[in-house]
Amino acid sequence: MSAVMNIKLTVNGVVYEKTVEPRLLLVDFLRQDLHLTGTHAGCEHGVCGACTIIVDGDSVRSCLMFAVQADGCKIETVESLARLGSVDSLNPLQESFRSHHGLQCGFCTPGMLMTSTDLLKKYPLATDEEIREGLSGNLCRCTGYEHIVQAVRTAVGQREESEK
Amino acid sequence: MPSWKKDCPCSRANEFMKPAQFEYLRAASIAEAVAALSAQAGEGKIIAGGQSLVPMLNFRLLKPLLLIDIMGIAELKFLEETPGGGLRIGALTKHHTLETSPLVKRLFPVLSEAMSHVAHLAIRNRGTIGGSLSHADPAAELPLMAVLLDARIRTASPEGGRTIAAADLFVAALTTRLLESEIIVEVELPALAPATGWAFEEVSRRAGDFALAAVGVLLAVEKGKVSSASIAMMGVAETPLRAARAEALIKGRAIDASLLDELVTAVRDACEPNTDLHASADYRRHLVGVLARRAVIAAWKRALGEQP
Repeated sequence: MSAVMNIKLTVNGVVYEKTVEPRLLLVDFLRQDLHLTGTHAGCEHGVCGACTIIVDGDSVRSCLMFAVQADGCKIETVESLARLGSVDSLNPLQESFRSHHGLQCGFCTPGMLMTSTDLLKKYPLATDEEIREGLSGNLCRCTGYEHIVQAVRTAVGQREESEK
Repeated sequence: MPSWKKDCPCSRANEFMKPAQFEYLRAASIAEAVAALSAQAGEGKIIAGGQSLVPMLNFRLLKPLLLIDIMGIAELKFLEETPGGGLRIGALTKHHTLETSPLVKRLFPVLSEAMSHVAHLAIRNRGTIGGSLSHADPAAELPLMAVLLDARIRTASPEGGRTIAAADLFVAALTTRLLESEIIVEVELPALAPATGWAFEEVSRRAGDFALAAVGVLLAVEKGKVSSASIAMMGVAETPLRAARAEALIKGRAIDASLLDELVTAVRDACEPNTDLHASADYRRHLVGVLARRAVIAAWKRALGEQP
C-alpha cells in the first residue's frame, strides 16, 4: 500500500505502465494520462453512459471504476473501432451511425457505440423495444434516439448477414 | 502532453479528483480481506463491482481510508447446483451471469427474469450479488430475490463467519445486520418444489431505473390448490418484505377473482411505502397491489402448466 501505485494495462492493443493515485477514476486516467479523449466524462456517477468502454470483453462505465482496478486488464475505447483511428475507415457500426444521422453534438456517441458493440455481442436485439431497452442507460440530449435506434437496427442486420 | 493542453484544467488532474484520498489493497484471499477490514476498525471499505460504492465515493458521501478490492479472490467465484436442486452462488457472481446462466434459468427462472431488470448492461457486467445484498437498497432486485427465495447468506469475519437468513439480513434502507468486519462470501438458494409457478412484476419510470415497486411470487400447486406460496415485494418499505398474511390467505385455495381481491388488500396492508420525488406513498401502495395481482395470476398459470 502506498499513496501512488504502479499499474500495467493494455489499451487498444498498446501496453501502458503508469503510476497513479488509487482514487484516479479510469475515465480520467484514459483522458488525462493517456490522452485518449474519445471517452467522454459526463455525469461522473454512473447515470449518463457517455464514458462506457470495454474492459476484458464487457462494457463498463469508466467513471465507476478506478484505474488501479484495471491493472492487468485489456481495455478497448472508442478509438479502437475505426481502423487507424481515421474517419476514413469507420467500422460498420460507426458507418451506420453516420449514415442514419445517429448523432448530432456527438457527446454521447462514444458511449452509444461502445454500449451497442457489447449489446450486439450479447443480445438478439430482435425488436426496436429491445434496442431501446439496451440503450436506456445512455443518455442523448440531441437526437430523440430515433436515429440511434435505426443505426443499431441496421448494425443488427449486418451482424446477421455476416453470420450467414 | 500537447501544448494546447498545458493550461487546461484537465492537465492539473490532482486538483480535480472526485473521491477523497484513500489507499488501495487488492486482497488475494477471503482471510486477507477480512483481516485488512478488521484492522481498519471501521475506516476500511470492501469494493467488488463498485457500482453502488463508486458513486458514493465520487460524491464524497463515503471517505474510507482504505479500499479493499476483492474482485481478484478466486474462491468467491462459483455458481453450482446443490445435490437437492438448489444453488450455491459465490459472492462475486455478477448480475449478468445470473441473468444469462442456463443453470439459473433452469432452477430459478424467476431470478433470471428479475436480473434482466437490474439497471443497464454495463452495470450488470460489473455489479455482484454480494455487493448488492451488502448495499441493501430497498428498491434493488437482488435483496427482493433473496427474501423471496429464502436465501441463506454465508459470511466471513474475524470470528469465523456465520449463516444469516435473508429475512434477517435487512434492517433498514442501506442497512444490514452485517458486522463491521463481516463480508458476504456465498448465497445459498434452497431448491424449489417441482413445477413451482413463478412471476416477477416491476414498474419503473424508465427501463433500468430503480423500481417504484416490484413483486416476486412463487406458487406450488397440488390437486388444484395452492400448497405453498411465497410473495415478496420491494420499493414499498425500508427493506424488501414478505406478504405473510397474503401467503397464508391463498394457501389451500384455488386462485379466483374474489380471492385475488382479498389478496390485493392483504398485500397493500402489509407495506409501508414512502413518498419521494418519483411517486407518492398512495401510488406505490396502489401499484404494489396491481403488481401482486398480475404476478399471482402469472405464477398460478405457470404452476398449472399454462402460458402466463
